[in-house]
Parts: sequence; structure tokens; C-alpha cells
Amino acid sequence: MATALATPKHVTMTDLKGKVDPDWCPGCGDFGVLAAVQKALVELQIPGHNVVTISGIGCSSNFPGYINTYGMHTLHGRALAVATGVKLANHDLTVLVTGGDGDGFGIGGNHFLHCMRRNVDLLYIVMDNQIYGLTTGQTSPTSRVGMKTKSMPFGNIEAPVNPISLALAAGATFVARGFSGEQKHLTELIKQGIEHKGFSFLDVFSPCVTYNHDNTYQWFRPRVKKLEADPAYDPSDWVTAMEKSLLWGDEIPIGKFFGRTDVPTLHGAEPVLDSGPLVHQELRIAPEVTRSFVAELM
Amino acid sequence: MRQTFAIGIGGAAGQGVATPGDIFAKIFSRRGLHLSAYNAYQSIIRGGHTFLTIRTGPEKVSNMGDHLDLLIPLNQDSMNRHLGLLTARAACIYNSDSICPGESAPGVQLCPIPVSKLADITRNKVAQNTLALGSALNMMGIGFEALESVLTEQFKRKGEAVVSENVAIARSGYEYASGNFKPFAGALPMTENRYAVLSGNTAMAMGGAAAGVKFYCAYPMSPSTGVLHWMAAHGRKAGIMVRQVEDEIGVVNMAIGAAHAGVRSMCATSGGGFALMSEGLGLSAMMETPVVVIDCQRAGPSTGVPTKTEQGDLWQMLGAAFGDYPRVIAAPLDIGDCFKVIPEIFNVADRFQCPGIVLCDLLLSEGRLSVDPKDLDFAPVVDRGELITSATSNSNPDNDGGYKRYKITESGVSPRAVPGLPDHTHTAASDEHDEDGVLISDEFTNPTKRRAMMEKRMRKVVGIKAAIPAPKLEGPGDAEVTLIGWGSTKGVIEEACELLNEQGISANQLQIRWLVPLHGEAILEILKESRHTIIVENNYSGQFARYLRSETSFVPDGHIRKYDGEPFMPHHIVEAVKEQLSGKSNLSVPAHEILV
Repeated sequence: MATALATPKHVTMTDLKGKVDPDWCPGCGDFGVLAAVQKALVELQIPGHNVVTISGIGCSSNFPGYINTYGMHTLHGRALAVATGVKLANHDLTVLVTGGDGDGFGIGGNHFLHCMRRNVDLLYIVMDNQIYGLTTGQTSPTSRVGMKTKSMPFGNIEAPVNPISLALAAGATFVARGFSGEQKHLTELIKQGIEHKGFSFLDVFSPCVTYNHDNTYQWFRPRVKKLEADPAYDPSDWVTAMEKSLLWGDEIPIGKFFGRTDVPTLHGAEPVLDSGPLVHQELRIAPEVTRSFVAELM
Repeated sequence: MRQTFAIGIGGAAGQGVATPGDIFAKIFSRRGLHLSAYNAYQSIIRGGHTFLTIRTGPEKVSNMGDHLDLLIPLNQDSMNRHLGLLTARAACIYNSDSICPGESAPGVQLCPIPVSKLADITRNKVAQNTLALGSALNMMGIGFEALESVLTEQFKRKGEAVVSENVAIARSGYEYASGNFKPFAGALPMTENRYAVLSGNTAMAMGGAAAGVKFYCAYPMSPSTGVLHWMAAHGRKAGIMVRQVEDEIGVVNMAIGAAHAGVRSMCATSGGGFALMSEGLGLSAMMETPVVVIDCQRAGPSTGVPTKTEQGDLWQMLGAAFGDYPRVIAAPLDIGDCFKVIPEIFNVADRFQCPGIVLCDLLLSEGRLSVDPKDLDFAPVVDRGELITSATSNSNPDNDGGYKRYKITESGVSPRAVPGLPDHTHTAASDEHDEDGVLISDEFTNPTKRRAMMEKRMRKVVGIKAAIPAPKLEGPGDAEVTLIGWGSTKGVIEEACELLNEQGISANQLQIRWLVPLHGEAILEILKESRHTIIVENNYSGQFARYLRSETSFVPDGHIRKYDGEPFMPHHIVEAVKEQLSGKSNLSVPAHEILV
């Protein structure tokens, strides 16, 4: 009928509001990320039904329930694997993956690595709060050395993962860092990440106001420096991006570290998809093809 | 008794055991003969000991049988291991330059071939294999042209010179046999039939293609890797996206992602990989996203014996993932059934939006069987269930403001909308959720809702059970003994029953294909009429016996089990049945006499 073919309606913030309000703690950095994602979709005019938001488990992984897109709230650490399947089955969909640092760099580390080298065309937003929140405050893979948590009450003795360097080394084709306290800048990065053809990695400082008393808004605010503020910064230069990724301390860069568009996406490299998304392809195989399969066995 | 002819070819891995095996298989199937082949090997690329058995005959051949008619040892080790298996009228063809026969039973014909006199072994490293092929076919009474045409096909890629060299060697083996060796009594007949010869892995992959699988992914693991190989080689022609993934956790989750986006999605692994997939099966069940997982069992636990067969994963399948959820588990009965079961289980999984598990094993996965090409049906019934693929379908009759992905229904099945459709957005969650997909696991927990959702999902079991057929008894109704098996043991139990009937012990068979849900009442109905019941299975603890008891309280009179890595041979079962009927024992563990 005509409804499906009607002129696309203008996408508004209200359209993208989820069925329930977030249950995050008041002041949680994740609110800022949710708002920035909704703003980015409105600015890009992508309707919710063309988006699948996929998460693992954790505070930030409750994200899909709070936005009116198709959502998948999957297993701890497995969002990227599920998302790869979704994208390969229907590459017309915009795929967003949302989760936390424990979900992505701890239990899901293997999928993170392989999703990057495959250049799966999706945007992966990590709400990095350097702590496990939903399990009430344990050390995470990005917790600083010395940080005291319930699981390391005498201070963390393990070096943290550097997500930006890791992503650059693993071949991610879009690598950026945002800060939940910098809404406009974050929205811009999300838009770029969605529009990028390939794997976009966006690590977002999203402070946990309940369990992380080290890396607070107040701690980040004076330290974050936008890469875009330097007109000479060239995000196509991998070596400089790697150098910048190592900065941590009084100055912590945020913004687009690196981007390249000369690497084919996974779905773009697979000839099976030349005739369109798998989900729209014929179920039956042509009889002359199946006959050739049987003939091989005779 | 069926007329069959069995050949054993033994050698080290890398010595070319497979090639003569393939050539025999081609020649037999093109003569309209059935065949069954099984390769006993180890986890080694070069060396070790490989022993390929091919059994052929004009009627269906379902297992390796009890006897060898011809042994071709390609090295001394194979001669030492297997010559003792031969009985009167059997023959052994070997390279007399390098292999000495040992003691053989009376009536066994030893056929030494002076390989270096008949072929230039400096040029052709597999001359002994080709000469043996030629001699063997001569002794079987098969004309040389059959071998010539297969060799020509086999070597044509390598050019005319290689073809003619190999044909010439084969011919000298053929001619040498006429002057020096005695032909086998009762030459193999020819029929007008033509068969496809395929492994269970190829059959399951092709069955997937027939079922309309569009996404296949896997991590290599013996003995399931053959499914990946077929898919990888044929996926582009068949329109199937095939991916090799970083681990089995990634495999099952990627498969679920693709399935959720609306395509039929499949993966295969073995026990260890399946263990990693376990949590993902729960995800499939909770999100109600159908996915089909094949488990090709190998001897466990842990890495176990990667190249050996077992039916030891049943309880892993029964208990895979925590919590209660509807699942469907089928065990294919033979290699032809490996093809058929895939479209069938996809229909059940799609209709009831739950995970489907195919419980195969190495015996079927890597064994090969002749199958009538008509039985490889690429247009099977496809029932995708209540799948909403267009925003205009009238599948959302609610007036109360929108689509409910997990709508509570009598059948437990809720219409499933694929992402991309306007007006059907929802979240599919691994957490417990309400009808509209909203989580009830966190701040909104509500025992009434949780109970309702649990009951909604579990109600699907009733529908699944009605959708799968109950097992049937094969053979005389009032038999003295009823042999109960599941999955891959069908053929060998069938032959054991035939042998028992010939020996005056009437036997029938109850073979289980659909394991979960189990048609317990129908099974009890059959077994209560049985005079003596024995469960035959390829594992240590009687996994099926324990499952049957847990579902029905049924306790059989006896058990025949084997857990040495090798499959049952018919006589193992026959002898065990006799032992048990005489009251000597109620648990038999036959010893495997072929040392591989």
C-alpha cells in the first residue's frame, strides 16, 4: 500500500525518543552520548527504522532501549559480532554499536580487533568511563594504574589499554575520541563516523559519577584539547595520529585522530552482495547452478 | 545377505591413500553401485597411519561392514596392522620391492607386485598405488576403460604427458594381474543407476543451500570444517555470504545478527566450539531469533581425539546455555539425511523462532556415501513462519498503538519484523523483556510479566512437538529383541538386525532422529510391546539411555556402547545381542579389532 512509499517524513528528536527513559544515574556521561547520537541522526535525517543500534551488556549497553531505532541488546562483549552479521545481511541499514570499556576492550576485545581489520561499515561508540559500573565498581581495562576500586582496593597494578593506539594499530579506518561534556563536538564526530564508509571507532569519555572519582567531568574539562583546533593537524597522517594517541596527562587530545577512505568495506569487498543486500536476494538457487553442484559429485 | 565388496587401503598420511579411494568410488558409483567409505586417520598432516575402507555393492551400503575382501597396504606398517583381518577368499595387493607380507590366514591370496620392474619409480612416486589400482580392478572383473577414463579426468589438469604416463602404469598393473593373480569369485554387477558420492559435511552444506541459507560462518574445527570448505568454494555461485570468524563465540553471534536482519543463517562446529557458542544459543532463544547450529561430534572431552567419532555431545546439547528455553535438536540418520534434515530444521526454527541444533558426528561428517541425486532436492518446502518483511503486511492487527515484537499469543509465536521496516521499530533484548521489548530485568522487574514471558516462550514447545514426526519401529513387530539407536548408528544397526534375523534371532530397530522435543509417549507405546530392549550408542555413559529415562522413566534391558573412537561394525552388535540374550551381561563394550 501507499504508506510505505509516502514521502519520507522529517526526522525529529521526538521521533527518536525511546519507549522508556534512561535508568542511568543522574549526571551520568551516557546521557550526553544518547543526546548526541539522536542529534546526529536528526541532522543527517536518518529515520530510526533504517538504523539498528546494537549493544552488549553494561550501563551504557542499555542504550538501544532509550532510542527509537531497531535495537539489539545482546550478550556481554558480543555486540560487534552480532553487528557484523546484521550489516552483512542488510548493508542498507545504518549500524550503530554502543557499549562500555569493559564490554568492548575486556570481554569483547577479540571481536573489537577483528572487526577493525575487517573494516565492517559501522560506527562503534564506546562510552569509556574507566570503571565497571553495573557490577558496582570494579577495575576496567582502561582504569589508570593506581586507581582504587572494589576489585583492586589497594590500587590497580595493571597498565590500561590505550583504545586509540589499539584502533590505529589494528587498522581502523576512522578513529576519534569525544567527550560527553562537549556535545556539539561529539555530535559532529558521530555524524562523521556514521558517514564514514568503513569501521568508525569513537571512544567517548563518559564519566561515571557514582564509581569513578578520579576521571570526573572536572578532571577532563581542563585537559581535553580538540585536534580540530590545530589547522595543521592532518587526520590522514597515521604516524602523527599514533603520536597524538599516546598523549595523556595535562593534555588529552579529542577529535578525529585518523581517517582513510581507500580501504574497501567488508560488504563492499564481497561479490555476493553485488546484487544487493542478502535479505532481499532470492531464496532459491537457479536450477542450472544446483545441477552443477550435484554434477561435481558424480 | 547383501552382496558387498570391501577394500581397505592403508598408508601414512601424505602417501596418497585418498586418491585410489576416490578413483574406486568414482568407478563403483558410475557402474551403478552403492558405496560407503570411512577414513580412519589421525591429527597429523604427514605420517601416522591412515586406513580407508570402501565398501560397495548393488544394494544400499550403510556402513563399513565386517570383512575386507581386498587389502592394499601402501607401507609395511599397514601390512603388519591389517593382514590378519583377511579371511579365506580375500586378497592383499602390495609392493613386493618394499613390503613383506607376514602370516596370513589360509585361503588369503597374496598378490605381490614388482613395482620397480613395472614402472619407473624415479619418475612416478605413486606408481605402487596406480599399479595396485590396475591389478585390483582386473581381479574384480572390471574393464580397464573404467579406470582409464577416471585417470584421464583425474590428471587432465596436469597435461597429456601425465595422463598417458599414469594410464600406462595402471595398464601394466592391470595386465600383470591377468597373468599372475586369481580373480575374485562373483564379479561385481553393473546397474543402470547413477549415484552422487558425498560426505555428510558436503551434504549438510548443500542442504543449507537448498534451505535458502544466505549467511554461513564458522571457525575451522575438525570434523566440521568440510561444511565451511563446501560453503567457501560454492558460496558465490549459490549467493551465500560465507565468513571465517575469529572464534566460535563470534561465529554464533554473527550468525544470530544475520538471522535477526532477516536471512536464514547457519554455522557448524564440533564439541569444543559448541561449548563456546553455548551462551549465544540462549541469546537466540531469548531474542527469538532462529539460527541453525551444526555440531559434528568427535571423541571428547576437551581436545579429545579430533579425528575420531563419538556420540558424546548429547548432554551438552540438552544443557547448552543456562535457563529454560525451547530448542529443537535433530540427529541425521545417514549422509543422505544430512542433506534433508537442514531444510526441515530451518522450517521448525523459523516457525518457532528458536535455535535449531543438528547433532551430527564424524562418522557421517567425514564418511562418504552414494546418494541418489533425486534425493538432493534443492527446492524443498520453505516455511519462514510469521516473518514480517513488508510494512504493509497485515500482521499487526493491534489497535493499541503499535507493533509488539513479543506479543503474547496462544502459540507462543509472535510475528517477527525485520529491521528496516517503518512502524515496527523495537529492541530485541537478551534481558527479560515485556511484549514490546522493553526490559523488565532492571528497575521495572515484575514477577507477573516475567512469568507471562517465560510461559509464552515455553508454549512453543507444544507446537514444535506437533511439527516433528514421532519415530517408527522398523522390522518385525514381535521381534525377540529391539535395538534402539539415535542418529548415525542407523545403518549399522539395520545391518545387525538383518544378520540377526538370518541367524534365527528376530530383531527390530527403533532409531531416533528428533531428539528434542522427544516424542516420549510414542516411544513408550512402542517399547512396552518389546520383548527385550537394548540401546546402542557410541559413548561411555549411555547418554541417550539416560536422556530417555529422564524423559520417560524407561529403562532398557541392556546397553551396547563403544567409546574407542571408531564406529560400530555390524558384528559388534550381533555378538553383543547374543551375549545379552543368553543372559551373560547387560552392558557390552565391543573391542575394535582394526588397529588405526
